[in-house]
Amino acid sequence: MSEMTLNRRRFLQGAGSVLLGTLLFVNGPVALAAPTHSWSLPLTRLSGDQAERLLVMVRRLYPHDSMEDAVYALVVKELDSRAAADPGVAELLASGVATLDREAGGDWRTAEVKRQLAILGAMEGQPFFTQVRSVAVVALYSNELAYLHFGYEGASYPKGGYLHRGFNDLSWLPDPPVKASPKPFA
Amino acid sequence: MTTYQYDDDSVVVIIGSGAGGGTLANELCQKGVPVVLLEAGKRESPATFINDEWPSFSQLSWSDPRTTSGSWRIARDFPNLPAWICKTVGGTTTHWAGASLRLQEHEFRARDTYGAIDGADLLDWPLTLEDLAPYYARAEDKMGVTRTNDIPGLPGNNNFKVMYNGATKLGYQHCSTGRMAINSQPRHGRPGCQQLGFCFQGCKMGAKWSTLYTEIPAAEATGKLELRTQAQVLRIEHDARGRASAVVYADANGQLQRQKARVVAVAGNAIETPRMLLNSQSSLFPQGLANGSGTVGRYYMRHTTGSVFAEFDEPVHFYRGTIMAGIISDEVVHRPERGFAGGYEMETLSLGLPFMAAFFDPGAWGRDFASVMDRYTHLAGMWIVGEDMPRPTNRITLNDEVRDAWGLPVANVHYDDHPNDQAMREHAYRQGEAVYQAVGATRTHRLPPFPSTHNLGSCRMSAKESDGVCNGYGQSHEVANLFISDGSQFTTSAAENPTLTIVSLAIRQADYIAEQLRTRAV
Ligand SMILES: Cc1cc2nc3c(=O)[nH]c(=O)nc-3n(C[C@H](O)[C@H](O)[C@H](O)COP(=O)(O)OP(=O)(O)OC[C@H]3O[C@@H](n4cnc5c(N)ncnc54)[C@H](O)[C@@H]3O)c2cc1C
Ligand code: SF4
Repeated sequence: MSEMTLNRRRFLQGAGSVLLGTLLFVNGPVALAAPTHSWSLPLTRLSGDQAERLLVMVRRLYPHDSMEDAVYALVVKELDSRAAADPGVAELLASGVATLDREAGGDWRTAEVKRQLAILGAMEGQPFFTQVRSVAVVALYSNELAYLHFGYEGASYPKGGYLHRGFNDLSWLPDPPVKASPKPFA
Repeated sequence: MTTYQYDDDSVVVIIGSGAGGGTLANELCQKGVPVVLLEAGKRESPATFINDEWPSFSQLSWSDPRTTSGSWRIARDFPNLPAWICKTVGGTTTHWAGASLRLQEHEFRARDTYGAIDGADLLDWPLTLEDLAPYYARAEDKMGVTRTNDIPGLPGNNNFKVMYNGATKLGYQHCSTGRMAINSQPRHGRPGCQQLGFCFQGCKMGAKWSTLYTEIPAAEATGKLELRTQAQVLRIEHDARGRASAVVYADANGQLQRQKARVVAVAGNAIETPRMLLNSQSSLFPQGLANGSGTVGRYYMRHTTGSVFAEFDEPVHFYRGTIMAGIISDEVVHRPERGFAGGYEMETLSLGLPFMAAFFDPGAWGRDFASVMDRYTHLAGMWIVGEDMPRPTNRITLNDEVRDAWGLPVANVHYDDHPNDQAMREHAYRQGEAVYQAVGATRTHRLPPFPSTHNLGSCRMSAKESDGVCNGYGQSHEVANLFISDGSQFTTSAAENPTLTIVSLAIRQADYIAEQLRTRAV
């Protein structure tokens, strides 16, 4: 059992410039919902070091500059549980992370972004890359925090749908005639 | 609850409870015919449906292994997910968007209208629009299709407003909220649409037609239906005379059961239906049941598809409200000057954030991709659906290398786009982009086809025995008491979304089967 601690100060001191950019935006919608100031992600199989490297990788794969690390950490959490469930995945992630460091000539996290992207580009299609990317594209965009960040309103049934909540509120184009688009039933 | 004995050989056994099987079951039960309906999936309900794309996908989709081959992009992006269809009571009518269009007269005569096309075995249907028209009318009434039977159209959402304004700027004449099997007002005990925007996740209102909460309970109310859920059919057996005699399935506990039958109707959607027939080979039917012509599994069609999404300066929120909120039909005609045979429809489409990420450009990563996601609330989108060509090599086969949980070979789906499909897709992409550019799109994007939502043609109907698997009633040419009751029957794909036609064919088939039973022809 290990954990990855993400708090603002630690990043400012420790991880250096890599994640600094992300911390300048702590007042987006996610910041209100996420435990922004200091929180940790309990890990079952991955080490904190591995987790941080994976988090940076996912940020490079899907760069949304103003999106909180909290959302990216959900991908790391998913990777951790896959690693816990399947030793093969744990092995793949461990060796992949080691490759990232090696290619970066030291610490992957602090390599220049340009270099990081070149490294990832060269790894595209390999099992480690595919594993991380395929988990990330689901886990990163399929959660409430991401919904808040991108402005997707998520489950609508509990709120009575959009019939009275803006399904046709677009006002920058003229309304189609009723023949093409009848009025809602009363 | 009605139950039948395993050795009761007076029952009609229907395999699959979706658009075809669910409808056929109800129609037969209404006529007093005893039916055992075998469905591989579980029974959900509007109460258990989930307003969240991936969890809903896990709840409803067919995720047993399948493989792919061919030059279509799906084989690369989703090698084990050739089709996006369901394994649940109600089948893919839980997922579907509800667009309900009749095929056009000339589409039943594709060979006659388009002439011979290289690399395609075009064929005319053994029935005409006139033959099917009365059944279309019954289906539209049953399904509550808007703009038929005095049912008003649905109100258009934001995504439709963008489409409509672009379409009219471009000079298109036929753009409206279309014909949808979604209640625009309460009807037949089901409520009106509340514009939830989760039509693909099972409609929690029950406003959208699905056999799950229309046909199947209506059939149960007759006392003639026994629905067995989590009953996955492995093969169909025949007697010494070559008549279908029983169906072998694995029940919820994994136990094999054998249900005797007087008639067997297969409606497992166009991948599983031919797979079941091929897996039923015997010394009498060495190529698979009902496959004397060698056409079982061939001529698989999926429609020529693709999507166009566009970014705007102003917000759209396209995920609010019905997914297929409107349609442009100007391009659905056959006009060979465009460089291809057949036509296509443009229909609004939205994806929630999770599916947008997965299907916008599968495999993509980096800044370009992320920048489109950043514009999520400012996107409009449409889906293209057009006629694709029946090719003997586009085909469902058994993959002996990969086995399912019961040790049976899985289906391999092979598909190569025909040059006609490619020319049509290119035209449709261009027109779709023009629609959005006409109203100020800042960027447009061409999305590749999704895993197939429309699956057709793999047991096609034909006038001649040598050209296909079944006749105009879906009755096997070779095995008189075996019926094909789903989209596998389609001789050609036509451009329109297929479900209204599947339902109409099932109603017509029920009349025919009942008559055959009455006259003891089967
Ligand atoms: C996202 C989406 C949107 C769509 N939108 C539209 C639309 O707007 N308009 C339209 O016309 N069509 C639409 N469709 C297509 C429509 O859903 C299908 O055409 C229709 O449901 C097919 O009917 P079917 O009876 O052939 O198969 P299905 O409805 O798929 O039913 C087949 C059933 O058979 C069961 N089955 C399969 N194999 C076995 C077995 N071995 N044993 C037991 N049971 C088995 C399956 O579990 C399933 O329940 C859409 C599809 C999708 C996925
Ligand atoms: S938009 Fe209408 S049809 Fe679609 S899920 Fe909501 S209520 Fe059902």
